[in-house]
Amino acid sequence: MTLWWIGDVVLLVIILPVVVYLLQRVLAAARSIVPSVQAIAAVAARGSQDLDAAALLLTTQDQATQTIAGVANYGGSLDVILDDAG
Amino acid sequence: MVPVLAVAAVGVVMIVAVVLIVAALVYYLVSVILALRAITAGLDEVIAGVSEIVEKSEPVNGIVTTINQQLDAGVDALEGLLVKKAGMADAVGLVEGLYAGAAAAGFRNFPESTAVTAPRIAEVYTKGTLTLARLGREAPVAAASPAGPVLRHIEAGSLAARQLYPEIRQSRPERLARSPVIGTDAPVQYEQRDDIGAPRKRLPDR
Repeated sequence: MTLWWIGDVVLLVIILPVVVYLLQRVLAAARSIVPSVQAIAAVAARGSQDLDAAALLLTTQDQATQTIAGVANYGGSLDVILDDAG
Repeated sequence: MVPVLAVAAVGVVMIVAVVLIVAALVYYLVSVILALRAITAGLDEVIAGVSEIVEKSEPVNGIVTTINQQLDAGVDALEGLLVKKAGMADAVGLVEGLYAGAAAAGFRNFPESTAVTAPRIAEVYTKGTLTLARLGREAPVAAASPAGPVLRHIEAGSLAARQLYPEIRQSRPERLARSPVIGTDAPVQYEQRDDIGAPRKRLPDR
């Protein structure tokens, strides 16, 4: 009978608080992840928006190609009309 | 009878303790489950955003590499043309005159250009020549570009400067009276006055 009472006391005074404490820690850790994940999601969304202009690189590529072609033509003409040094 | 009640009391206490533990487990585990669901939803948004980033940045490497290749070709051509036409020494001096300190870096395709002592082109050519060269850095290339106007107006470069002054004749010259016609064949002839050029009849008071 005494051992039963001791078991009850251990259950109520030690095991229950320990279980509650550990579960609280797990819940706090899980809840602390939520705002971090939401912040990362917001940053990822903004990063994706920042890359919207990446498609314009195709235009930049075309313009660079045309500009260099113009420079080449310009240089070719100069090469013809100007005498070489020395 | 007393032992039976004692046993019953011990059992009740134990049952209450177990129920409390189970209740705590249920409450906290359900809360953890809800938190994990929120995390899962957030991670879904993260994955969607990261996927967009990956998708949008996928062609960047190839495009930038191509642009760099084009620009490298342009630099090679212009350097070669400059050295060919101006000679190594004058080419280095011209670059040094436009961008002070650039001669130390030399030309990319001409490693020997770093050993050239740059002549002081700015003392040989006028400042206007160098200014035109500096403007040419921006204008001729852009003139051939389909992107739009160049930094300065090629055909009417003085209009912007003239518009800084009061509006008299720069944009509406047709509203001004014509200049008078003078001479013997002028439509309006005036008689010559004898008193003009003659000594004053009365000196001004002092």
